[in-house]
Amino acid sequence: MSEVLLQIDGKEVRATEGASILEAACAADVFIPTLCHHEKLEPHGGCRLCMVEVEEHGRSKLVVSCIYPAANDQVVTTRSEQVDRIRKMILELLLAHAPDSETLLELGREYGADRNRFDKEASFCINCGLCVRYCAEVKKADAVGFLDRGTRRDISFIPEIAARECWQCKECFPLCPTSALQAAYVLVSSLAFPGARHQAPSEC
Amino acid sequence: MDSERVDQIIEEYQCEASALIQILLRIQEEAHWLSSNALHRVSERLGVSMTRIMHIATFYKAFSLVPKGRHEVHICVGTACHVRGAERVLDSVEDATGLKPGETDLDLKFSLETVNCVGCCALGPVMQVDKKTYGKLSAADTVNLLQSYE
Ligand code: SF4
Ligand code: FES
Repeated sequence: MSEVLLQIDGKEVRATEGASILEAACAADVFIPTLCHHEKLEPHGGCRLCMVEVEEHGRSKLVVSCIYPAANDQVVTTRSEQVDRIRKMILELLLAHAPDSETLLELGREYGADRNRFDKEASFCINCGLCVRYCAEVKKADAVGFLDRGTRRDISFIPEIAARECWQCKECFPLCPTSALQAAYVLVSSLAFPGARHQAPSEC
Repeated sequence: MDSERVDQIIEEYQCEASALIQILLRIQEEAHWLSSNALHRVSERLGVSMTRIMHIATFYKAFSLVPKGRHEVHICVGTACHVRGAERVLDSVEDATGLKPGETDLDLKFSLETVNCVGCCALGPVMQVDKKTYGKLSAADTVNLLQSYE
């Protein structure tokens, strides 16, 4: 496969054709913050936190680095006044939904985000889709999915599948940036299959 | 809807996963809702995961996961109908059926919804019952019309 040559934060970086800017940056040890990216999963482009500035064909624009392909002669800036401002805003909006998420608070400190800027609307899930995509793409179990759309979009376990699959797996738990997922699981298990603990093969 | 009827509908579409939305629309149209049994059957026959089906079934307003009435009454409360007296029409329908928007009666006869513009503002105030559109309504007309539905 052919290679492309680009510049990221002043570094000359080689990347395989078709790789995203984020992948190219990772390979060159340049850090770009992400929330919905996971190396085992297809790029999603949901959180927009990985936004960077790219100068290409004499024009500069903002792109979502996890889904934007690296190409020859791009000049990428991963932090600038504009990029930082956008990340700060995204974090403030997400913090209104999950004000105690350690992941968000840590990123918030980096970008000077004020967790109280917007009225709290604690839905906890920030719709990063990591749990849903991990369950579908890696585990092929489809135990958890999205419901509804727009501002009402939320994750939900399918009780019949969750009862069968989740107790032994739980691999999605550490992926969730807000713990909303664990809460949803506890809720569905206590409502729909409270005996899961006893049915599951014993752990010792 | 029994699972044989669900199967018949699925077979009309050759069990094609790409026909999922069409199949769900057909079930919704005939049964006036998507029951858990029907959805599980569709999932099984088409080989589409329940998470995906639930996402679609909750994404589109055309689908309902609770039983709807045999007749769907939509009262337009868009701007044009509003100024032409949609409020009065809505009030009289609420009185006649005992329903508030979003509700269905116990006999599963009517479901009442408000909508925002059905695209014929010149006819306002407008009410749709199932696929039929009634325009230039007075409160009294509305009640008479509803009485003609079984
Ligand atoms: S529950 Fe957690 S991992 Fe799943 S979409 Fe919401 S924030 Fe992301
Ligand atoms: S990591 Fe790129 S949009 Fe979330």
